[in-house]
Amino acid sequence: MHDETKVQITVSVNGETYTRLIEPRLLLSDFLRHELKLTGTNVGCEHGVCGACTVLLDGESVRSCIIFAVQVDGQSIETVEGLAKNDTLHPLQELFHQEHALQCGFCTPGFLMTLVPFLRDNPTADEAAIRQALSGNLCRCTGYANIVAAVKKAVESGVGR
Amino acid sequence: MKPAPFKYFRPESLDEALALLAKHGDEAKVLAGGQSLIPAMNFRLAQPAILIDINRLSALSFIEEKRGQMHIGALTRHSMVERHPLVAQKAPLLAETMPNIAHVQIRNRGTFGGSIAHADPAAELPAAMTVRGARICLRSTRGERWVDAPQFFVGLLTTAMEPDELLTEVAFDELPKKTGWCFVEVARRHGDYALLGVAATVRLGMMGKVKDARICFVSAGETPALATNAQDALNGQAPSAELAKAAAQIAAAQDIDPPSDIHASARFRRHLATKLTERALNTAFARARGETR
Ligand SMILES: Cc1cc2nc3c(=O)[nH]c(=O)nc-3n(C[C@H](O)[C@H](O)[C@H](O)COP(=O)(O)OP(=O)(O)OC[C@H]3O[C@@H](n4cnc5c(N)ncnc54)[C@H](O)[C@@H]3O)c2cc1C
Ligand code: FES
Ligand code: FES
Repeated sequence: MHDETKVQITVSVNGETYTRLIEPRLLLSDFLRHELKLTGTNVGCEHGVCGACTVLLDGESVRSCIIFAVQVDGQSIETVEGLAKNDTLHPLQELFHQEHALQCGFCTPGFLMTLVPFLRDNPTADEAAIRQALSGNLCRCTGYANIVAAVKKAVESGVGR
Repeated sequence: MKPAPFKYFRPESLDEALALLAKHGDEAKVLAGGQSLIPAMNFRLAQPAILIDINRLSALSFIEEKRGQMHIGALTRHSMVERHPLVAQKAPLLAETMPNIAHVQIRNRGTFGGSIAHADPAAELPAAMTVRGARICLRSTRGERWVDAPQFFVGLLTTAMEPDELLTEVAFDELPKKTGWCFVEVARRHGDYALLGVAATVRLGMMGKVKDARICFVSAGETPALATNAQDALNGQAPSAELAKAAAQIAAAQDIDPPSDIHASARFRRHLATKLTERALNTAFARARGETR
Protein backbone atom coordinates (compact mmCIF):
# COMPACT_ATOMS: atom_id res chain seq x y z
CA MET A 1 0.00 0.00 0.00
CA HIS A 2 1.06 3.60 0.43
CA ASP A 3 4.33 4.47 2.01
CA GLU A 4 3.47 6.67 4.96
CA THR A 5 7.04 7.29 6.04
CA LYS A 6 7.39 10.57 7.83
CA VAL A 7 9.90 13.12 6.68
CA GLN A 8 11.93 15.51 8.81
CA ILE A 9 11.78 19.19 7.90
CA THR A 10 13.41 22.30 9.32
CA VAL A 11 11.64 25.57 8.70
CA SER A 12 12.09 29.11 9.89
CA VAL A 13 8.77 30.63 10.93
CA ASN A 14 8.71 34.29 11.97
CA GLY A 15 12.45 34.04 12.59
CA GLU A 16 12.31 30.95 14.82
CA THR A 17 13.61 27.60 13.62
CA TYR A 18 11.42 24.52 13.97
CA THR A 19 12.28 20.90 13.19
CA ARG A 20 9.41 18.44 12.89
CA LEU A 21 8.71 14.93 11.61
CA ILE A 22 5.70 15.10 9.30
CA GLU A 23 3.70 13.17 6.72
CA PRO A 24 4.37 14.45 3.19
CA ARG A 25 0.66 15.02 2.66
CA LEU A 26 0.46 17.57 5.48
CA LEU A 27 -0.58 20.96 4.09
CA LEU A 28 1.51 23.97 5.12
CA SER A 29 -1.62 25.55 6.62
CA ASP A 30 -2.18 22.50 8.85
CA PHE A 31 1.50 22.36 9.74
CA LEU A 32 1.36 25.95 10.99
CA ARG A 33 -1.90 25.50 12.84
CA HIS A 34 -1.66 21.98 14.23
CA GLU A 35 2.07 21.30 14.57
CA LEU A 36 3.29 24.79 15.51
CA LYS A 37 0.01 25.95 17.10
CA LEU A 38 0.21 29.19 15.12
CA THR A 39 -3.52 29.51 14.58
CA GLY A 40 -3.43 33.06 13.19
CA THR A 41 -3.33 31.62 9.67
CA ASN A 42 -6.95 30.78 8.90
CA VAL A 43 -8.31 28.13 6.56
CA GLY A 44 -11.44 28.93 4.59
CA CYS A 45 -11.81 26.98 1.38
CA GLU A 46 -8.72 24.76 1.33
CA HIS A 47 -8.46 24.90 -2.45
CA GLY A 48 -6.78 28.18 -3.17
CA VAL A 49 -9.80 30.41 -3.77
CA CYS A 50 -10.38 32.53 -0.64
CA GLY A 51 -6.91 33.73 0.41
CA ALA A 52 -7.53 33.34 4.17
CA CYS A 53 -4.46 31.11 4.49
CA THR A 54 -2.03 33.52 2.81
CA VAL A 55 1.49 33.52 4.35
CA LEU A 56 4.88 34.67 3.11
CA LEU A 57 7.29 32.10 1.70
CA ASP A 58 10.76 33.60 1.37
CA GLY A 59 9.10 37.01 1.44
CA GLU A 60 6.39 36.46 -1.20
CA SER A 61 2.70 35.86 -0.58
CA VAL A 62 1.46 32.31 -1.21
CA ARG A 63 -1.57 30.16 -0.30
CA SER A 64 -0.52 27.83 2.51
CA CYS A 65 -3.45 25.46 1.84
CA ILE A 66 -2.06 24.46 -1.57
CA ILE A 67 1.57 23.91 -0.59
CA PHE A 68 2.79 20.83 1.26
CA ALA A 69 4.80 21.54 4.41
CA VAL A 70 7.48 19.12 3.21
CA GLN A 71 8.10 21.42 0.24
CA VAL A 72 9.22 24.37 2.39
CA ASP A 73 12.00 22.42 4.11
CA GLY A 74 14.92 24.84 4.56
CA GLN A 75 12.85 27.88 3.62
CA SER A 76 11.44 30.74 5.63
CA ILE A 77 7.80 31.48 6.41
CA GLU A 78 6.18 34.55 7.89
CA THR A 79 2.69 34.46 9.32
CA VAL A 80 0.41 37.13 10.78
CA GLU A 81 1.84 36.35 14.23
CA GLY A 82 5.13 37.83 13.04
CA LEU A 83 3.72 41.27 12.18
CA ALA A 84 3.35 42.86 15.61
CA LYS A 85 6.57 43.52 17.49
CA ASN A 86 6.14 42.95 21.23
CA ASP A 87 2.92 44.85 21.96
CA THR A 88 3.16 47.24 19.04
CA LEU A 89 0.93 46.47 16.07
CA HIS A 90 2.40 46.60 12.56
CA PRO A 91 1.42 49.97 11.01
CA LEU A 92 -0.91 48.19 8.59
CA GLN A 93 -2.63 46.38 11.48
CA GLU A 94 -3.00 49.72 13.25
CA LEU A 95 -4.61 51.23 10.12
CA PHE A 96 -6.98 48.24 9.75
CA HIS A 97 -8.02 48.93 13.34
CA GLN A 98 -8.48 52.67 12.79
CA GLU A 99 -10.42 52.27 9.52
CA HIS A 100 -12.64 49.43 10.78
CA ALA A 101 -11.22 47.23 8.04
CA LEU A 102 -12.28 44.08 9.87
CA GLN A 103 -15.58 42.83 11.19
CA CYS A 104 -15.36 39.18 12.23
CA GLY A 105 -11.64 39.21 11.39
CA PHE A 106 -11.51 35.77 9.79
CA CYS A 107 -10.11 37.02 6.50
CA THR A 108 -7.80 39.63 8.07
CA PRO A 109 -4.58 37.59 8.43
CA GLY A 110 -4.80 36.69 4.73
CA PHE A 111 -5.39 40.29 3.69
CA LEU A 112 -2.49 41.50 5.84
CA MET A 113 -0.05 38.91 4.53
CA THR A 114 -1.08 39.76 0.95
CA LEU A 115 -0.67 43.49 1.56
CA VAL A 116 2.71 43.51 3.31
CA PRO A 117 4.70 42.43 0.22
CA PHE A 118 2.34 44.40 -2.05
CA LEU A 119 3.11 47.66 -0.22
CA ARG A 120 6.81 46.79 -0.12
CA ASP A 121 6.82 46.40 -3.93
CA ASN A 122 4.25 49.14 -4.69
CA PRO A 123 4.67 51.81 -2.02
CA THR A 124 2.79 54.39 -4.12
CA ALA A 125 -0.03 52.15 -5.39
CA ASP A 126 -3.24 53.83 -6.55
CA GLU A 127 -6.73 52.59 -5.77
CA ALA A 128 -7.03 50.50 -8.95
CA ALA A 129 -3.78 48.69 -8.14
CA ILE A 130 -4.90 48.19 -4.55
CA ARG A 131 -8.20 46.66 -5.65
CA GLN A 132 -6.42 44.38 -8.09
CA ALA A 133 -3.98 43.28 -5.37
CA LEU A 134 -6.92 42.37 -3.13
CA SER A 135 -8.74 40.39 -5.82
CA GLY A 136 -7.47 37.08 -4.47
CA ASN A 137 -8.81 37.58 -0.94
CA LEU A 138 -12.45 37.11 -0.03
CA CYS A 139 -14.16 38.79 2.93
CA ARG A 140 -17.48 37.19 3.86
CA CYS A 141 -18.35 40.26 5.92
CA THR A 142 -17.78 42.24 2.69
CA GLY A 143 -15.85 45.01 4.36
CA TYR A 144 -13.92 45.76 1.19
CA ALA A 145 -14.50 49.54 1.17
CA ASN A 146 -12.88 49.93 4.59
CA ILE A 147 -10.04 47.60 3.67
CA VAL A 148 -9.29 49.70 0.58
CA ALA A 149 -9.47 52.84 2.75
CA ALA A 150 -6.96 51.37 5.20
CA VAL A 151 -4.55 50.51 2.39
CA LYS A 152 -4.89 54.00 0.89
CA LYS A 153 -4.00 55.44 4.30
CA ALA A 154 -1.04 53.06 4.43
CA VAL A 155 0.18 54.40 1.07
CA GLU A 156 -0.28 58.01 2.25
CA SER A 157 1.65 57.39 5.45
CA GLY A 158 4.45 55.57 3.61
CA VAL A 159 4.03 52.13 5.21
CA GLY A 160 5.70 50.35 2.31
CA ARG A 161 8.74 52.66 2.18
CA MET B 1 -10.64 18.03 2.68
CA LYS B 2 -7.19 16.50 3.02
CA PRO B 3 -5.14 14.75 0.36
CA ALA B 4 -4.67 10.98 0.37
CA PRO B 5 -1.23 9.67 1.41
CA PHE B 6 1.49 9.51 -1.21
CA LYS B 7 5.16 8.79 -1.46
CA TYR B 8 7.27 11.92 -1.88
CA PHE B 9 10.43 12.34 -3.94
CA ARG B 10 12.37 15.56 -4.23
CA PRO B 11 15.04 15.13 -6.91
CA GLU B 12 17.97 17.54 -6.81
CA SER B 13 18.90 17.22 -10.49
CA LEU B 14 17.19 16.79 -13.84
CA ASP B 15 18.79 13.36 -14.35
CA GLU B 16 17.49 12.20 -10.99
CA ALA B 17 14.00 13.49 -11.85
CA LEU B 18 14.01 11.73 -15.23
CA ALA B 19 15.20 8.47 -13.64
CA LEU B 20 12.35 8.67 -11.12
CA LEU B 21 9.86 9.32 -13.92
CA ALA B 22 11.24 6.40 -15.93
CA LYS B 23 10.76 4.12 -12.93
CA HIS B 24 7.44 5.42 -11.56
CA GLY B 25 5.89 7.40 -14.46
CA ASP B 26 2.61 5.48 -14.56
CA GLU B 27 1.70 5.95 -10.89
CA ALA B 28 3.55 9.22 -10.30
CA LYS B 29 2.67 12.86 -10.85
CA VAL B 30 5.09 15.72 -11.26
CA LEU B 31 4.55 18.41 -8.61
CA ALA B 32 5.49 21.87 -9.92
CA GLY B 33 3.72 24.93 -8.45
CA GLY B 34 0.98 22.63 -7.16
CA GLN B 35 -1.60 25.34 -7.81
CA SER B 36 -3.78 23.01 -9.88
CA LEU B 37 -2.60 19.63 -8.60
CA ILE B 38 -2.89 20.24 -4.83
CA PRO B 39 -6.46 21.64 -4.97
CA ALA B 40 -7.39 18.51 -6.95
CA MET B 41 -5.66 16.34 -4.33
CA ASN B 42 -7.40 18.21 -1.49
CA PHE B 43 -10.71 17.28 -3.12
CA ARG B 44 -9.35 13.76 -3.76
CA LEU B 45 -10.09 14.23 -7.43
CA ALA B 46 -6.45 13.28 -7.84
CA GLN B 47 -4.83 10.60 -5.66
CA PRO B 48 -1.37 9.98 -7.11
CA ALA B 49 0.57 7.25 -5.29
CA ILE B 50 3.82 9.13 -5.86
CA LEU B 51 4.71 12.79 -6.18
CA ILE B 52 7.94 13.90 -7.83
CA ASP B 53 8.53 17.44 -6.61
CA ILE B 54 10.60 19.35 -9.20
CA ASN B 55 10.85 22.58 -7.20
CA ARG B 56 14.55 22.05 -6.45
CA LEU B 57 15.45 21.89 -10.15
CA SER B 58 16.47 25.54 -10.26
CA ALA B 59 18.08 24.99 -13.68
CA LEU B 60 14.51 24.80 -15.05
CA SER B 61 13.79 28.37 -13.97
CA PHE B 62 14.97 30.82 -16.65
CA ILE B 63 13.90 33.35 -19.26
CA GLU B 64 16.31 33.77 -22.16
CA GLU B 65 16.49 35.04 -25.69
CA LYS B 66 18.61 33.15 -28.21
CA ARG B 67 18.73 34.06 -31.90
CA GLY B 68 15.30 35.65 -32.00
CA GLN B 69 13.71 32.91 -29.90
CA MET B 70 12.38 33.27 -26.39
CA HIS B 71 13.01 30.30 -24.09
CA ILE B 72 11.15 29.95 -20.82
CA GLY B 73 12.04 27.20 -18.36
CA ALA B 74 9.21 25.00 -17.08
CA LEU B 75 9.76 25.93 -13.42
CA THR B 76 9.72 29.70 -14.04
CA ARG B 77 7.04 31.14 -11.75
CA HIS B 78 4.22 33.15 -13.35
CA SER B 79 5.21 36.24 -11.35
CA MET B 80 8.75 36.12 -12.72
CA VAL B 81 7.45 35.99 -16.32
CA GLU B 82 5.03 38.81 -15.51
CA ARG B 83 7.79 41.13 -14.29
CA HIS B 84 10.65 40.17 -16.61
CA PRO B 85 11.98 43.03 -18.80
CA LEU B 86 12.86 40.63 -21.65
CA VAL B 87 9.26 39.45 -21.81
CA ALA B 88 7.97 43.03 -21.87
CA GLN B 89 10.40 43.86 -24.67
CA LYS B 90 10.35 40.75 -26.88
CA ALA B 91 7.07 39.07 -26.01
CA PRO B 92 4.51 41.81 -25.33
CA LEU B 93 1.57 39.45 -25.95
CA LEU B 94 2.78 37.24 -23.12
CA ALA B 95 3.43 40.26 -20.91
CA GLU B 96 -0.15 41.39 -21.48
CA THR B 97 -1.47 37.88 -20.77
CA MET B 98 0.29 37.19 -17.46
CA PRO B 99 -1.65 39.48 -15.08
CA ASN B 100 -4.86 37.70 -16.12
CA ILE B 101 -3.66 34.41 -14.65
CA ALA B 102 -5.19 33.89 -11.21
CA HIS B 103 -4.19 36.08 -8.27
CA VAL B 104 -0.79 37.28 -7.12
CA GLN B 105 -0.41 34.59 -4.44
CA ILE B 106 -1.02 31.91 -7.09
CA ARG B 107 1.26 33.56 -9.64
CA ASN B 108 4.03 33.61 -7.02
CA ARG B 109 3.90 29.81 -6.90
CA GLY B 110 2.39 28.53 -10.16
CA THR B 111 4.79 27.72 -12.98
CA PHE B 112 4.90 28.35 -16.72
CA GLY B 113 5.44 24.68 -17.52
CA GLY B 114 2.74 23.59 -15.08
CA SER B 115 0.15 25.71 -16.84
CA ILE B 116 1.12 24.28 -20.23
CA ALA B 117 1.29 20.69 -18.93
CA HIS B 118 -2.08 21.01 -17.20
CA ALA B 119 -3.75 21.97 -20.53
CA ASP B 120 -6.82 23.54 -19.00
CA PRO B 121 -8.93 25.09 -21.78
CA ALA B 122 -9.78 27.93 -19.36
CA ALA B 123 -6.10 28.77 -18.88
CA GLU B 124 -4.53 31.72 -20.65
CA LEU B 125 -1.05 30.39 -21.45
CA PRO B 126 -2.02 27.50 -23.76
CA ALA B 127 -3.90 29.98 -26.01
CA ALA B 128 -1.18 32.64 -25.89
CA MET B 129 1.48 30.05 -26.67
CA THR B 130 -0.54 28.53 -29.52
CA VAL B 131 -0.84 31.97 -31.12
CA ARG B 132 2.92 32.42 -30.87
CA GLY B 133 3.61 29.06 -32.52
CA ALA B 134 5.38 27.77 -29.42
CA ARG B 135 7.36 24.54 -29.30
CA ILE B 136 7.38 22.50 -26.14
CA CYS B 137 10.44 20.57 -25.00
CA LEU B 138 9.85 17.14 -23.43
CA ARG B 139 12.68 15.21 -21.80
CA SER B 140 12.91 11.64 -20.60
CA THR B 141 15.67 9.08 -20.11
CA ARG B 142 14.88 8.13 -23.72
CA GLY B 143 15.94 11.57 -24.95
CA GLU B 144 14.50 14.91 -25.90
CA ARG B 145 11.76 15.94 -28.32
CA TRP B 146 10.11 19.20 -29.30
CA VAL B 147 6.37 19.26 -29.95
CA ASP B 148 4.47 22.09 -31.65
CA ALA B 149 1.67 23.57 -29.53
CA PRO B 150 -1.20 22.35 -31.76
CA GLN B 151 0.08 18.78 -31.54
CA PHE B 152 0.80 19.11 -27.83
CA PHE B 153 -2.72 20.07 -26.71
CA VAL B 154 -4.72 16.99 -27.70
CA GLY B 155 -7.86 17.36 -25.55
CA LEU B 156 -9.39 18.48 -22.29
CA LEU B 157 -6.55 18.40 -19.71
CA THR B 158 -4.80 16.01 -22.11
CA THR B 159 -1.46 16.47 -23.83
CA ALA B 160 0.97 14.54 -26.02
CA MET B 161 3.27 13.97 -23.00
CA GLU B 162 4.14 10.38 -22.12
CA PRO B 163 4.07 9.38 -18.42
CA ASP B 164 7.88 9.27 -18.25
CA GLU B 165 8.35 12.71 -19.82
CA LEU B 166 9.08 16.00 -18.14
CA LEU B 167 8.21 19.31 -19.76
CA THR B 168 11.45 21.29 -19.44
CA GLU B 169 11.00 24.44 -21.50
CA VAL B 170 8.88 26.32 -24.00
CA ALA B 171 10.32 28.24 -26.97
CA PHE B 172 8.68 30.71 -29.34
CA ASP B 173 9.70 33.49 -31.74
CA GLU B 174 10.04 36.98 -30.39
CA LEU B 175 7.32 39.21 -31.81
CA PRO B 176 8.35 40.26 -35.36
CA LYS B 177 8.44 43.87 -36.49
CA LYS B 178 5.20 45.46 -37.72
CA THR B 179 3.25 43.03 -35.58
CA GLY B 180 0.47 44.08 -33.27
CA TRP B 181 -0.81 42.01 -30.38
CA CYS B 182 -3.64 41.88 -27.88
CA PHE B 183 -4.81 39.68 -25.04
CA VAL B 184 -8.22 40.42 -23.60
CA GLU B 185 -10.61 38.38 -21.47
CA VAL B 186 -13.79 38.66 -19.44
CA ALA B 187 -13.89 37.06 -15.99
CA ARG B 188 -16.41 37.54 -13.19
CA ARG B 189 -13.71 38.84 -10.86
CA HIS B 190 -10.17 39.88 -11.75
CA GLY B 191 -7.99 36.78 -11.60
CA ASP B 192 -10.76 34.24 -11.94
CA TYR B 193 -10.72 31.83 -14.85
CA ALA B 194 -11.97 33.61 -17.96
CA LEU B 195 -15.52 33.13 -19.21
CA LEU B 196 -13.90 33.82 -22.54
CA GLY B 197 -10.57 35.23 -23.65
CA VAL B 198 -8.81 36.06 -26.91
CA ALA B 199 -5.12 36.13 -27.79
CA ALA B 200 -4.31 37.70 -31.16
CA THR B 201 -1.33 38.89 -33.17
CA VAL B 202 -1.46 40.65 -36.55
CA ARG B 203 1.59 41.13 -38.75
CA LEU B 204 1.38 43.70 -41.50
CA GLY B 205 3.25 43.24 -44.79
CA MET B 206 3.77 45.24 -47.94
CA MET B 207 1.32 48.12 -48.46
CA GLY B 208 0.18 47.75 -44.87
CA LYS B 209 -2.00 44.72 -45.60
CA VAL B 210 -2.45 41.89 -43.12
CA LYS B 211 0.23 39.29 -43.78
CA ASP B 212 -0.18 36.94 -40.85
CA ALA B 213 -3.14 37.10 -38.46
CA ARG B 214 -3.42 34.63 -35.61
CA ILE B 215 -6.26 34.29 -33.15
CA CYS B 216 -6.77 31.76 -30.37
CA PHE B 217 -9.42 31.54 -27.67
CA VAL B 218 -9.55 30.75 -23.96
CA SER B 219 -12.59 28.83 -22.63
CA ALA B 220 -14.09 28.30 -26.07
CA GLY B 221 -13.54 24.56 -26.62
CA GLU B 222 -11.54 21.60 -25.39
CA THR B 223 -8.22 22.73 -26.83
CA PRO B 224 -6.72 26.11 -27.71
CA ALA B 225 -7.28 25.83 -31.48
CA LEU B 226 -6.41 28.61 -33.92
CA ALA B 227 -9.37 30.45 -35.48
CA THR B 228 -8.41 29.50 -39.01
CA ASN B 229 -11.54 30.76 -40.79
CA ALA B 230 -11.18 34.20 -39.26
CA GLN B 231 -7.44 34.22 -39.98
CA ASP B 232 -8.11 33.41 -43.65
CA ALA B 233 -10.61 36.26 -43.80
CA LEU B 234 -7.99 38.67 -42.46
CA ASN B 235 -4.91 37.69 -44.44
CA GLY B 236 -4.29 39.83 -47.50
CA GLN B 237 -6.81 42.49 -46.47
CA ALA B 238 -6.25 46.10 -45.46
CA PRO B 239 -6.80 46.46 -41.72
CA SER B 240 -9.92 48.42 -40.81
CA ALA B 241 -12.63 48.52 -38.17
CA GLU B 242 -15.02 46.84 -40.65
CA LEU B 243 -12.54 44.04 -41.28
CA ALA B 244 -12.12 43.49 -37.53
CA LYS B 245 -15.86 43.25 -37.10
CA ALA B 246 -16.35 40.85 -40.00
CA ALA B 247 -13.49 38.59 -38.89
CA ALA B 248 -14.77 38.57 -35.31
CA GLN B 249 -18.17 37.39 -36.50
CA ILE B 250 -16.60 34.61 -38.54
CA ALA B 251 -14.47 33.52 -35.58
CA ALA B 252 -17.40 33.37 -33.18
CA ALA B 253 -19.66 31.57 -35.66
CA GLN B 254 -17.27 29.14 -37.33
CA ASP B 255 -14.08 28.70 -35.36
CA ILE B 256 -15.24 27.85 -31.85
CA ASP B 257 -17.49 25.39 -30.08
CA PRO B 258 -17.87 26.95 -26.65
CA PRO B 259 -19.28 24.97 -23.71
CA SER B 260 -22.34 25.87 -21.62
CA ASP B 261 -21.69 25.57 -17.89
CA ILE B 262 -22.66 27.20 -14.62
CA HIS B 263 -20.43 30.18 -15.41
CA ALA B 264 -21.81 31.08 -18.84
CA SER B 265 -23.98 29.72 -21.65
CA ALA B 266 -22.49 28.85 -25.02
CA ARG B 267 -24.54 31.69 -26.51
CA PHE B 268 -23.08 34.23 -24.12
CA ARG B 269 -19.59 32.92 -24.83
CA ARG B 270 -20.15 33.39 -28.58
CA HIS B 271 -21.31 36.92 -27.89
CA LEU B 272 -18.14 37.56 -25.87
CA ALA B 273 -16.04 35.99 -28.63
CA THR B 274 -17.50 38.42 -31.18
CA LYS B 275 -16.98 41.50 -29.05
CA LEU B 276 -13.56 40.58 -27.66
CA THR B 277 -12.13 39.49 -31.03
CA GLU B 278 -13.22 42.75 -32.61
CA ARG B 279 -11.60 44.68 -29.78
CA ALA B 280 -8.43 42.57 -29.89
CA LEU B 281 -8.06 43.00 -33.65
CA ASN B 282 -8.53 46.77 -33.54
CA THR B 283 -5.93 47.01 -30.80
CA ALA B 284 -3.54 44.73 -32.69
CA PHE B 285 -4.01 46.76 -35.92
CA ALA B 286 -3.17 50.00 -34.12
CA ARG B 287 -0.13 48.48 -32.43
CA ALA B 288 1.11 46.96 -35.71
CA ARG B 289 1.01 50.42 -37.25
CA GLY B 290 2.92 51.73 -34.24
CA GLU B 291 0.08 54.05 -33.23
CA THR B 292 -0.11 52.77 -29.65
CA ARG B 293 1.71 50.38 -27.39
C1 LIG C 1 -7.96 29.85 -7.20
C2 LIG C 1 -7.15 29.56 -8.44
C3 LIG C 1 -7.37 30.31 -9.58
C4 LIG C 1 -6.64 30.06 -10.73
N1 LIG C 1 -6.90 30.81 -11.83
C5 LIG C 1 -6.22 30.58 -12.97
C6 LIG C 1 -6.47 31.35 -14.14
O1 LIG C 1 -7.28 32.29 -14.15
N2 LIG C 1 -5.76 31.03 -15.25
C7 LIG C 1 -4.85 30.01 -15.27
O2 LIG C 1 -4.24 29.77 -16.31
N3 LIG C 1 -4.58 29.29 -14.19
C8 LIG C 1 -5.24 29.55 -13.04
N4 LIG C 1 -4.95 28.79 -11.93
C9 LIG C 1 -3.95 27.69 -12.05
C10 LIG C 1 -2.52 28.18 -11.93
O3 LIG C 1 -2.19 29.04 -12.99
C11 LIG C 1 -1.53 27.03 -11.95
O4 LIG C 1 -0.29 27.60 -11.63
C12 LIG C 1 -1.33 26.26 -13.24
O5 LIG C 1 -2.51 25.83 -13.80
C13 LIG C 1 -0.54 24.98 -13.02
O6 LIG C 1 0.77 25.27 -12.75
P1 LIG C 1 1.49 24.61 -11.50
O7 LIG C 1 2.92 24.91 -11.67
O8 LIG C 1 0.85 25.06 -10.26
O9 LIG C 1 1.27 23.07 -11.78
P2 LIG C 1 0.89 21.84 -10.82
O10 LIG C 1 -0.37 22.10 -10.12
O11 LIG C 1 2.08 21.48 -10.01
O12 LIG C 1 0.69 20.72 -11.92
C14 LIG C 1 -0.41 20.70 -12.80
C15 LIG C 1 -0.33 19.46 -13.68
O13 LIG C 1 0.76 19.54 -14.61
C16 LIG C 1 1.72 18.52 -14.37
N5 LIG C 1 3.04 19.15 -14.51
C17 LIG C 1 3.42 20.32 -13.92
N6 LIG C 1 4.66 20.66 -14.32
C18 LIG C 1 5.08 19.67 -15.16
C19 LIG C 1 6.28 19.48 -15.90
N7 LIG C 1 7.29 20.35 -15.87
N8 LIG C 1 6.38 18.35 -16.68
C20 LIG C 1 5.35 17.48 -16.72
N9 LIG C 1 4.19 17.63 -16.05
C21 LIG C 1 4.05 18.71 -15.28
C22 LIG C 1 1.42 17.98 -12.99
O14 LIG C 1 1.82 16.65 -12.86
C23 LIG C 1 -0.07 18.16 -12.90
O15 LIG C 1 -0.73 17.13 -13.55
C24 LIG C 1 -5.65 29.03 -10.75
C25 LIG C 1 -5.41 28.28 -9.60
C26 LIG C 1 -6.15 28.53 -8.44
C27 LIG C 1 -5.88 27.71 -7.23
S1 FES D 1 -7.95 28.37 2.65
FE1 FES D 1 -6.29 28.64 1.34
S2 FES D 1 -7.11 29.88 -0.20
FE2 FES D 1 -8.86 29.44 1.00
S1 FES E 1 -14.00 40.52 8.31
FE1 FES E 1 -15.25 38.78 8.37
S2 FES E 1 -14.59 37.69 6.63
FE2 FES E 1 -13.61 39.55 6.42
